[in-house]
Amino acid sequence: MTPTAPWQGEMASAPDALSIRDLDVAYRVRGKVRQVLRGLSFQVGRGESYGLVGESGCGKSTVALAIVRYLARNGRVRAGRILLDGRDLLALGEADLRKLRATAVSMVYQDPGRALNPSLRVGAQVAEVFRLQGMPQAEALDRAAAMLARVQIADPSSVMGRYPHQLSGGMQQRVAIAMALAINPKLLILDEPTTGLDATVEAEVLDLIARLRGEFATSILFISHNLAVIARMCDRVGVLYAGLLVEEGGTRELFDNPRHPYTVGLLRCLPRRGRRKDHGRLDTIPGLLPPPGADIAGCVFAERCAHADEYCRAVEPPLYDLGGRASRCHYHERAPDLPRATPSDPAAPIAVDREERPVLRTQRLAKTFAAGGHAVHALSAISLELWSGETLGLVGESGSGKTTLARLLLGLIEADGGSVIELDGGQLPAAIDRRTPDQVKALQIVFQNPDSALNRSHTVRHLIGRALAKLARVPAPQQLERLLAFTRAVRLADRYLAVRPRQLSGGLKQRVAIARAFAGEPRIVVCDEPTSALDVSVQAAILNLLADLQATRRVSYVFISHDLGTVRYISDRIAVLYLGRLMELGPAEQVFRGPHHPYTEALLSAVPSLDGSVTERIRLKGDIPSAIRPPSGCVFHTRCPRKLGSICEDQEPPLIEAEAGHAIRCHIQARDLQRERPAPMPAEAPAS
Amino acid sequence: MSMQAADTAPAPAAPARTGGAGRERLRLLLRSGTFLAGAAIVAFWVACALFGSDVVPQDPYAVDLMSKLQAPSPDHWFGTDRLGRDIFARVIVGARDILTIAPLATVLGTVLGTTLGLIMGYFRGFIDEAISRLIEAVLALPLVIVALLALVALGTSYITVILVIGLIFTPLIARTVRSAVLTERGLDYVAAARLRGENPFYIMFIEILPNVVPPILVESTVRLGYAIFTVATLSFIGFGIQPPSADWGLAISDSYGLINGGYWWTVLFDALAIASLVVGVNLVADGVQGVFET
Repeated sequence: MTPTAPWQGEMASAPDALSIRDLDVAYRVRGKVRQVLRGLSFQVGRGESYGLVGESGCGKSTVALAIVRYLARNGRVRAGRILLDGRDLLALGEADLRKLRATAVSMVYQDPGRALNPSLRVGAQVAEVFRLQGMPQAEALDRAAAMLARVQIADPSSVMGRYPHQLSGGMQQRVAIAMALAINPKLLILDEPTTGLDATVEAEVLDLIARLRGEFATSILFISHNLAVIARMCDRVGVLYAGLLVEEGGTRELFDNPRHPYTVGLLRCLPRRGRRKDHGRLDTIPGLLPPPGADIAGCVFAERCAHADEYCRAVEPPLYDLGGRASRCHYHERAPDLPRATPSDPAAPIAVDREERPVLRTQRLAKTFAAGGHAVHALSAISLELWSGETLGLVGESGSGKTTLARLLLGLIEADGGSVIELDGGQLPAAIDRRTPDQVKALQIVFQNPDSALNRSHTVRHLIGRALAKLARVPAPQQLERLLAFTRAVRLADRYLAVRPRQLSGGLKQRVAIARAFAGEPRIVVCDEPTSALDVSVQAAILNLLADLQATRRVSYVFISHDLGTVRYISDRIAVLYLGRLMELGPAEQVFRGPHHPYTEALLSAVPSLDGSVTERIRLKGDIPSAIRPPSGCVFHTRCPRKLGSICEDQEPPLIEAEAGHAIRCHIQARDLQRERPAPMPAEAPAS
Repeated sequence: MSMQAADTAPAPAAPARTGGAGRERLRLLLRSGTFLAGAAIVAFWVACALFGSDVVPQDPYAVDLMSKLQAPSPDHWFGTDRLGRDIFARVIVGARDILTIAPLATVLGTVLGTTLGLIMGYFRGFIDEAISRLIEAVLALPLVIVALLALVALGTSYITVILVIGLIFTPLIARTVRSAVLTERGLDYVAAARLRGENPFYIMFIEILPNVVPPILVESTVRLGYAIFTVATLSFIGFGIQPPSADWGLAISDSYGLINGGYWWTVLFDALAIASLVVGVNLVADGVQGVFET
């Protein structure tokens, strides 16, 4: 402790683990100072877990970086104090700061692959933390092994000898957490720690953090855009909007009864409680986040708020104290009655006629990649049907073959011999180069990442216009008219036509990509995680758009997503993939209700729910096996919590109909698969 | 850390009027001291090449054997050569041929190399393998020797010099373009173009090419520096620019035997001219690189 720490006297009783007061942070961008945090104040009590939520650009990560004083070179703390365990961080010199980082605070980042040093063995990296505390090498290694065991790494000694790239994402994040906790920090900052992970792995890591929190008595600052993750992990929550804390309160209270229109809006954007597209549109938050540094006279949210009036636009609301919680809204009492921004009336549902011929049919669709002399069985024997106007949801962890399936359908990669893809009953050549223009036109895609999918050198006009010219063969004179009709259909303002993608927000880019996919009046559009790169409020608008387009154009979707809430909202039927095999296929509601395949059951129970209802959790052991040597028999037997015995290892179970139209690939009888347990997402009639 | 800064950097909310990336780069370029210094030097020599013969006080080609090998003086600022020609005038107009041949050779190499690189990066597989091996073989040969052999075989002319240097540069540029194209090839916009039924040439030249311009620009400015040096070298050994041109390399070749006799001025100013032009081009290349590769 330095004798100069000025706040020690003030904090006679045990100080908060973290106390931030009136923090102003600004970035200097092209000579202009842009304020990103404005008068931010909050406390994280001892042993408390505090969540910070908000959409991208709200300043969440800046808070984390400011606390450890790792702001980018153009960032500066302009005012305020950050007290860590009563010590003023901003007053520390370089040496004290280094000591503090080594002993009192640690941080876990979103991407563990980048946080770990790729050229050092895991053991050496974890031991380094102990070495820094002055331990001899041998002891440091022992402590590292013990630490890895505490983060539930089954075989620490073997993991310590490996390099980070030899570990799965979930394992890497465990190692990162082990390193963070090795110093027994007063404060652990978790910045989107599970965002890049699969649902089942995320659930495991969250369980681990919750358990370790008790063991280490560490205070946690948990930063995430995912409301459900925050709801599961935190005692109190702060909602950040445009660098301002707009609402704060106990987690349960805040999510059950939000008192700021932004929080209300965010919660309504999520497809929750088994809501489906034919129940009604999702609500959205109109408008955009103000750019950092914007000069706003009144309430920052006024422009996007249906409650806002002249008073809101003129007078900036203070953080009203509502007794144990706070809201930065003049009309916080009325916040829950916020009028909908998007009318709920559902698009007229399409009657899918399963008697007629399916639009798309695959039989024994398979793909084997050659990688370094090995055959990788990315997909085997997938037989599916897709009817006109229907949405088929594809669900599974990464490596399950979802994207491979999509690319095979589109012909971007060629299926193995013996695979059959039929379009309207006619056989479709495997490679796109051999498909007729009409066949090419019939199958289109909306990619996950619009930055990759839209050519950054071309204007929006060119991007959509070219698709119209090539796919719809619209002659030049009528092109502009059709173009405008299309941009209006995806609700893209005309003024964006002359603009290049990098000048558009994520949601607008995805609208351009959707317009392009629909230009040739396709029969089937593959949506490959179309909303996973987007913020919650934007995601809702895109899902509404997709549902509307489907209703008006009777297009079929193959909808890939790892977000089960989204898949349930948009899909009519769901296919569950694991290691390239179809494990379960059935109507969406039946797949969610059960009986489930044990893998589906695990996937469903991994989803953190917003209402905090604790369901029976089923956790999978280990990682997805390699597709080079998939397990014998049932590919899931290595991780299956309900494995019967040797039959699972020896025989691949057939896909058996558990009920009409609902098939499950499991040796367990369908009636035994139906377990008596509360459904993770209870079906419930929508309230609005 | 830079990632984090980028995340929080303000997204341009209101659409700007023109494509921002190009203008932004130009602005940065004009603020780069390295680039401006280099550009000033190059601009000086370009001006000399274009207008030099109109402004020099003496005729650069006028032979005056009475006043040969005179040291620098108010009459002849840089002295005279062994034919009594004014060296100052010859240095000024000597930029003309080299500044024609070197850029044309670079343009040829860039066009061919870019095309080849696009083909390799787009088609990948066997085509890429085959061309890559060929390129490695060509690159293993020493540049000046190959050029010399080719010029001996084909006979010396401006066209052959341009062809030879351009062809030697092709594999170097192709390699740079290929690696940039490989990255672009994996992006979804290429898949989207294929799903629109675009042919490979449209995808290569309309979709991918605009996105790989920055590395091409950097590589070809670097190449230009080498081209100038190569042309000067070839002229020096008699296979490049031919007399009676006032070319610098040629002048050095003509006079270097005289250095022993103390006639330093016959070589120094031409050598400085070559050096300054190469340095100028390299400064420009550095500046361009700094702006485009960040």
